[in-house]
Amino acid sequence: MVIGMTLETFLQQLINGLSLGSLYALIAIGYTLVYGILRLINFAHGDIFMMAAYFAYFGIAVFFLPWYVTIFITIALTALLGVSIERMAYRPLRDAPKTSLLISAIGVSFLLENLATYLFSGKPQAFPDFPLMTTPINYGSLTIQPVSILIPIVTFIIMIGLLFLINHTKVGMAMRAVAVDYDTAKLMGIKINGVISSTFAIGSGLAAVGAILWCMKYPSVLPLMGVVIGLKCFIAAVIGGIGNVKGAVLGGLILGFSEVLMVAFFPALTGYRDAIAFVILIIILLFLPNGILGKKQVEKV
Amino acid sequence: MENIQHRFGAYIKIHWKTIVFLGVVLITIGLVDQFVDSYIRRLLNLCAIYTIISLGMNLVNGFTGQFSLGQAGFMAVGAYTVAVFTVPIEARATIFYLAPMSPLLANIHLPFIVALLLGGLISAGFAFLIGSPCFRLRGDYLAIATLGFSEIIRIVFTNTQTITNGALGIKSIPTITSLWWTYGIAIIIIVLTVLLINSSYGRAFKSIREDEIAAEAMGVGLFKTKMTSFMISAFFTGIGGGLFAALLGTVDPKQFYFTLTYNFLLIIVLGGMGSISGTVIASFIVTLGQEWLRFLDEPMAFGLDLPIFRPGLRMVVFSALLMVIVLFYRKGLMGTNELTWDFIDKKIKTIKSKFNRKKTSTQGGDDK
Repeated sequence: MVIGMTLETFLQQLINGLSLGSLYALIAIGYTLVYGILRLINFAHGDIFMMAAYFAYFGIAVFFLPWYVTIFITIALTALLGVSIERMAYRPLRDAPKTSLLISAIGVSFLLENLATYLFSGKPQAFPDFPLMTTPINYGSLTIQPVSILIPIVTFIIMIGLLFLINHTKVGMAMRAVAVDYDTAKLMGIKINGVISSTFAIGSGLAAVGAILWCMKYPSVLPLMGVVIGLKCFIAAVIGGIGNVKGAVLGGLILGFSEVLMVAFFPALTGYRDAIAFVILIIILLFLPNGILGKKQVEKV
Repeated sequence: MENIQHRFGAYIKIHWKTIVFLGVVLITIGLVDQFVDSYIRRLLNLCAIYTIISLGMNLVNGFTGQFSLGQAGFMAVGAYTVAVFTVPIEARATIFYLAPMSPLLANIHLPFIVALLLGGLISAGFAFLIGSPCFRLRGDYLAIATLGFSEIIRIVFTNTQTITNGALGIKSIPTITSLWWTYGIAIIIIVLTVLLINSSYGRAFKSIREDEIAAEAMGVGLFKTKMTSFMISAFFTGIGGGLFAALLGTVDPKQFYFTLTYNFLLIIVLGGMGSISGTVIASFIVTLGQEWLRFLDEPMAFGLDLPIFRPGLRMVVFSALLMVIVLFYRKGLMGTNELTWDFIDKKIKTIKSKFNRKKTSTQGGDDK
């Protein structure tokens, strides 16, 4: 199968895998943060990503804002969206059975998808081209879009920043405390609501960064774009060990590499590209149910 | 014998009213079958099919407390099984014109009922495959795995050209489904579910929903019980999907987009997670409601041309409805109650007493 693939194409695929994987990682971090604290699969996260893509699209293509203003506004609006979703749809159900919370999350996801279809129409919108980022550069026989290099760098910086925030600041300490034991953290005087809100703000902000970078690389925005990406990124978080930021990045990279390399090595399987994530999920659940970097969870009675 | 009686709910007494009610239902079906046009007939068929599938979903999500979102996928499996095995052999060459049907299947033609049951069984088989990794773990992995399954099965059906005809789908499936088929099967499945829920299996399901750890401590085998519930649910859904295929006469992968699952989710949430009768009532409300609300998608024909009414509004209303129910009426219509005759009697009594109290209070002139 490798016959016919030169070292250059292999390197090319590696770079593609790295940038796709880093995008997955950015979104997976949002899942892992929320799951770590609320033990909730935030089904709406993929759709928050989609809304961020629309915010960016409107900023640049409709209101003709400069790109740095657009990036700022997109991140702010998306963080606000994430926080208000938690406020309105998850907080009232915090003491309700788990299933109600899950249904609420699915409901928000469904509502956002339908709202987007209704407001922005189901047709894909072309995201404006960034010549600076998308004009391929030649390195010897490699052709690389600058954005493919930018994405892993941004992801890496964000991961370092986030790890610093979680491990060395007061908010981060509060987040870790809530993740370990919700009730005890509450008794210790941690303002749970503030911690949860900031978690949602961070997760959604990262989804916004991911959405902007995603749209630079794959310039098409549509209402259902967040669904499959969201599912894959949740799987990425599970692969790495849910609740663990490094794990989410690792899982995202594994997923990105395996997708790109599968298509590169077995072109006949291109149609099954979206299926590989779920195959990996099943394998991980069978053999490493806590993920690669996850700790074993003990359920207390 | 005693053991069997004990396991399968010997304690259900059949009230004479139930028999009368069933008679009325059967006569109504007969009358409706005679007099209504094909549009209404199709809608009523759909109500029954949605009842079957939602009951399956409620069995897992409502009674067992596990969160499955694979309904669209299991439906697709059932629908495609019926489609592949009941399409007339003569018609196959014209349907599979891009790539001929796989020679293994090309000459197999099954009677409808056999294909329907086979579809259910294959669905249950898939449920086993998905369930085995997920039920070993605690947590919500089932939701993601089943949602993933319904996406993968669509991808698979789009790519297996020689079995499912890929994206073109299979047309000219004999439209055998009639009101008698759908309502007959719906009634059988309602009865089966009632028997199941009142058996020791049903009590095991509910115990897992209430408290997994306590259930395990009481000797309920978590893996086996969850798996039983999930497989039965998939079986029902597969059968519903088969009926769906034979109702529409055509299947293609796009029909089974995972948003279809959200319809059933809305039904079980509206009816009450853990209520059989609630599910039945909500199936009718949601299915008919979705048809009647179609005007929301059309531009207003009279008066001001409001830009609010345009395609997509109906689904916005539906998803908002789901949110409102979850946030404010978490119990749905029925909660975990059943619409038994006792329940109706009690309700009537409370309404009567409320009415009487109101009367006396207005006469007495004081509040409350």
